[in-house]
Amino acid sequence: MASGAVRRRDRVLAPALVGLAALAAWEAVVRMEGIPPYILPGPILVARTVFADWGTLFPSLLVTLAITGAAFLVAAVLGLVLAVVFTQSTFIERSFFPYAVILQVTPIVAIAPLVILWVKWIPLALLICAWLVAFFPVLSNTVLGLTSSDKNLVDLFRLYGATRWQAFRYLRLPSALPYFLGGLKISGGLALVGAVVAEFVAGTGGAQSGLAFRILEAGYTLQIPRMFAALFLISAAGVLIFALLTGLSRLLLRRWHESELEPAD
Amino acid sequence: MTAGAPVLTLRGASRVYPSGTRALDRLSLSVVAGEFLTLLGPSGCGKTTLLRLIAGLAEPSDGSVEWSPDGGARRLGFVFQEPTLMPWSRVEDNIRLPLMLAAVSPAESAGRVGEAIAHVGLEGFERAYPRELSGGMKMRVSIARALVTDPQILLMDEPFAALDEITRFKLENDLSSLAQRRRLTVLFVTHSVFESVYLGSRVVVLSPRPGRVAADLRVDGPAPRGEAFRTSAAYLDACRQVSALLALAMEGPLTLSLSPSGGEGTTPTPSPSEGRGQG
Repeated sequence: MASGAVRRRDRVLAPALVGLAALAAWEAVVRMEGIPPYILPGPILVARTVFADWGTLFPSLLVTLAITGAAFLVAAVLGLVLAVVFTQSTFIERSFFPYAVILQVTPIVAIAPLVILWVKWIPLALLICAWLVAFFPVLSNTVLGLTSSDKNLVDLFRLYGATRWQAFRYLRLPSALPYFLGGLKISGGLALVGAVVAEFVAGTGGAQSGLAFRILEAGYTLQIPRMFAALFLISAAGVLIFALLTGLSRLLLRRWHESELEPAD
Repeated sequence: MTAGAPVLTLRGASRVYPSGTRALDRLSLSVVAGEFLTLLGPSGCGKTTLLRLIAGLAEPSDGSVEWSPDGGARRLGFVFQEPTLMPWSRVEDNIRLPLMLAAVSPAESAGRVGEAIAHVGLEGFERAYPRELSGGMKMRVSIARALVTDPQILLMDEPFAALDEITRFKLENDLSSLAQRRRLTVLFVTHSVFESVYLGSRVVVLSPRPGRVAADLRVDGPAPRGEAFRTSAAYLDACRQVSALLALAMEGPLTLSLSPSGGEGTTPTPSPSEGRGQG
């Protein structure tokens, strides 16, 4: 029990100390070298800017998060559905999987201008770009999960005359769950990256502008502290997404999967 | 007992893999209702292949597997080398699986699951997950799952091979009394001479690959088995005898050419103790 508490404390305390030390060093260098804020603002100034510019930054954060969330949901659902379709027949998988790979390996920065050119409604264009980046990990992980059920259990289901649907519902789907959740964890972060990259390319202003546009805007007007503040919010959002998905994974797998078991004392 | 009706009969069953490897060669064997048949053979002699043929998980390349009475739904229980449990399901749900797949009503399956749990002594662990159980207890769950359909024959593929000796002895005793109590017909594959003699009312020795019946003998002993039998002279005699037959089978084709196993299910090497009954 005590060692469990110590382990939990270390898990929070150790990285927090590293972070504090890095921030302190950063602030110290900025102050001692007298680096002007338009080159490199110190962390205290960045923190102050986050609060001061909250009225501008927060709506933009919501815009970026909305696109990220929508792209992530579509990626999760479509990735799962496509994985199920792919694993129904090797013919389908062989026919379509290479194109999923091509979509994945083509850099989003290169595709984004085309998508934005073709899709007139910018939020939809951004969503498509974010989805393109996010869906592949779900697809490939879930395909792997659906095809790696315990071979003896597969035999057991056959032995007891399980229908195709029963084998899918009660064996392949639960076997794939840890893989699917692993895919989601990667996808969540990628959806955010995709959304930000697409926003950079689109460069939209006005009420519907996301955090990437705030960074561009701040760059043009040399408001470097605001740039850092926006950057901080993007990172914070990414960490939050990862933490939420890790929590979801723990909730669903804690009773049975090796990855979520507490290490034995 | 000796005049029991055969539950299943293999006639000249062969199994050749696509690679050309011959796992089983014209094997003929009858399993009689109510007997505990242990199948003993070296690794890679096709024991697992044989069980898969019987379970219908593979088709014989040649020969046949015949059931009696013929037709109707065959009820099989299969226990693998590993417990092969669904890690995401509780003990009771793992045991219920065969009933759920057969769409047995919840009320009826609840009763049968409870009975199976009681038979293997897992009361109180119904709601546990497999990872919370020891290796021996997982194997008990696996056995309960195989029993829940009230099988005509229970097929077991070296189920205790991975367990420590103390746990194995306990499970062997429990299985023996369970088989006696429920009049189970068991086909139990093992590569341990001691286990084959301890559990089996009849021991069939297979030759190395390709597997054929090299010897077939009855074991006299109390039913169910108990720890006293483990140290009895009868047990040790039978072990010595089976060891000798196994050694003979291992010598290879010479033994086989002396006792050609034809197509009609005769056992090639009648043992000295054949026909003495099973005590």
